[in-house]
Amino acid sequence: MDADRVRAGTAVRGQGPVVSADADFAQRPVRDGAGPAVDVHGLAKRYGEVVAVAGVDFSVAQGEVFALLGPNGAGKSTTIKMLCTLARPTSGRATVAGYDVLSAAREVRRRIGLVFQEQTLDDQLTAEENLRFHAVLYGVPHDRVEPRIARVLDLVALSDRRRHLVSTYSGGMARRLEIARGMLHTPRILFLDEPTLGLDPQTRALMWDDVLRLREEEGVTIFLTTHYMDEAEYADRIAIIDHGSIIALGTPSALKASVGADTVTLGTDDDEAALASLKRVGYTAVHTEGGITVFVDDEESAVGPIVSAAEVPVRTVRARRPTLDDVFLHFTGREIREQHGEAVPMFARAHGARRR
Amino acid sequence: MTAVSTRTPAVAAAGTGTSVPGELRVVAMVWERELIRYTRTRTRIVSGFAQPVLFLLVLGYGMSGLVGTTGGFTFRQFVYPGVVAMSVVMTAMFSAMSIVWDREFGFLREMLVAPVSRASLVLGKTAGGATVAAAQGTIMLVLAPLVGIRLTPLLVVEVIGIELLMAVAMTTFGVFVASRIQRMESFQVVMQMLLMPMLFLSGALFPLNGLPAWLAVVTRLNPLTYAVAPLRQVVFSAQDMSAAARARFPTNVTILGHTLPIWWELAVVAVFALVFFVLAHRGLSRTE
Repeated sequence: MDADRVRAGTAVRGQGPVVSADADFAQRPVRDGAGPAVDVHGLAKRYGEVVAVAGVDFSVAQGEVFALLGPNGAGKSTTIKMLCTLARPTSGRATVAGYDVLSAAREVRRRIGLVFQEQTLDDQLTAEENLRFHAVLYGVPHDRVEPRIARVLDLVALSDRRRHLVSTYSGGMARRLEIARGMLHTPRILFLDEPTLGLDPQTRALMWDDVLRLREEEGVTIFLTTHYMDEAEYADRIAIIDHGSIIALGTPSALKASVGADTVTLGTDDDEAALASLKRVGYTAVHTEGGITVFVDDEESAVGPIVSAAEVPVRTVRARRPTLDDVFLHFTGREIREQHGEAVPMFARAHGARRR
Repeated sequence: MTAVSTRTPAVAAAGTGTSVPGELRVVAMVWERELIRYTRTRTRIVSGFAQPVLFLLVLGYGMSGLVGTTGGFTFRQFVYPGVVAMSVVMTAMFSAMSIVWDREFGFLREMLVAPVSRASLVLGKTAGGATVAAAQGTIMLVLAPLVGIRLTPLLVVEVIGIELLMAVAMTTFGVFVASRIQRMESFQVVMQMLLMPMLFLSGALFPLNGLPAWLAVVTRLNPLTYAVAPLRQVVFSAQDMSAAARARFPTNVTILGHTLPIWWELAVVAVFALVFFVLAHRGLSRTE
């Protein structure tokens, strides 16, 4: 498995646009006759001279969590807008839930849920009133409205605030109510444009619990944009977009593997001796600034054997697996956080255990 | 029909979308939201009442001394229907212009991206604004006995009917203006540059006879003039007025010496409403 991953990574490196076969994702059950939830070919959008999206191709399977990752201004929002029929593509084709975004815009809109970057609730209404309004707009049958409202409020744990005015909600609660609202009419695909923008880490974690539960319980496809690396980790697949083009696409693990192997770096009392002993037993190792760096398939399981294979006293051990930051750096030549003045919170690490 | 199967069928796919009952539900829902918001903001009801009352006091009592009475009829009584109209117009306009707020706070987007006809949204907004404005105008009727205006059940029905038509016209007009405004700051400008002149030049606060020619022309071009006149006419027809008073305070609009019958005036208002309904619909369709 790890060997495969690294091989896939090697094959993929330096080829520009990448579409890996994604072994993990292919294992997901595919329903009979189920087409892709989103299918995009050469989709482009120009605003006059400015190219916002320069012809992108990708496909999202039903039930998948798909993240479009990129810095601000990369073309994420424009892409999501075209898929939601809110912006007309200049060229190219896109189908959502099997319907063309241009010729069958209304069919598309009926089958998607939308959560925008900015809040779109009426804060002078209660949560329930906002949901009822939405149910009518999306033609939820009369007898389904009540059970559906109860259900989505339950999913985001806001049932007890149901009759409170939205103006009394915190930012995080409002965002979760919007997600509930987006799910109210049982869409096939839920689009989330920067869903966690401006939320604190705890709220973001709660929101992600909500989203993943929705996928689990309602089988909805999730399509989101984000510029948070750690958030993209939750996705089944990530497309990295920069300057309007997709420059890499794959599962988080495949993308990381494409950047390079895991490494274990040792600081020892006698680096020369350690290097010699390691090479003798077949490790690939080099001298680096911090000591000796050994390239391995899986850093976690390799640390013990390497330390004993070094045969000299080891002072420090540093094991490292590539992160999505490395991936982004690798493909774009710069760090994503340079794009905005904000430090990226260490979110995935704190909540890594929550992932299933 | 559907090329794609779903894991959770029926509910979403069964959406009524383009159907007529579905669109009517949307109209009713937008209308209901207007009412909820209106009843929830007490300050709006109070200010919608207080401002016309202020005009009634300032003009009705302040000017009465200057104008004097004609055959027992005071300026207070004259200005009263105009103040009622003013209250209706301001409430309708305010209600329609809340679209600017909806845009600012994002809720407009929730409505515009929904798979429903924009006409249903404008219709619901118009119905809501009209209901709220007519209600506000009807609240003003409690002041009638204080200024010496006699109310009869028929008069109340007539007044409410005209208020509704006037409110529909002003709401569609307001929705159109709001659809052209992108920022909240423009709202005040519109209110001052558009609404106030329209109100002042409608004959709501002074008689339209004996004006200088240019002012007479301006008032005749003002659509509100044709809404204020019928309201005053039905109110006056329920009062005991001397011939002198009727001559002093004529109610119908005269154009080039012709006196327009009340139905003509109402028709002008209805056409105005229709034109701005179309324009408002177009204005909102442009957005997004």
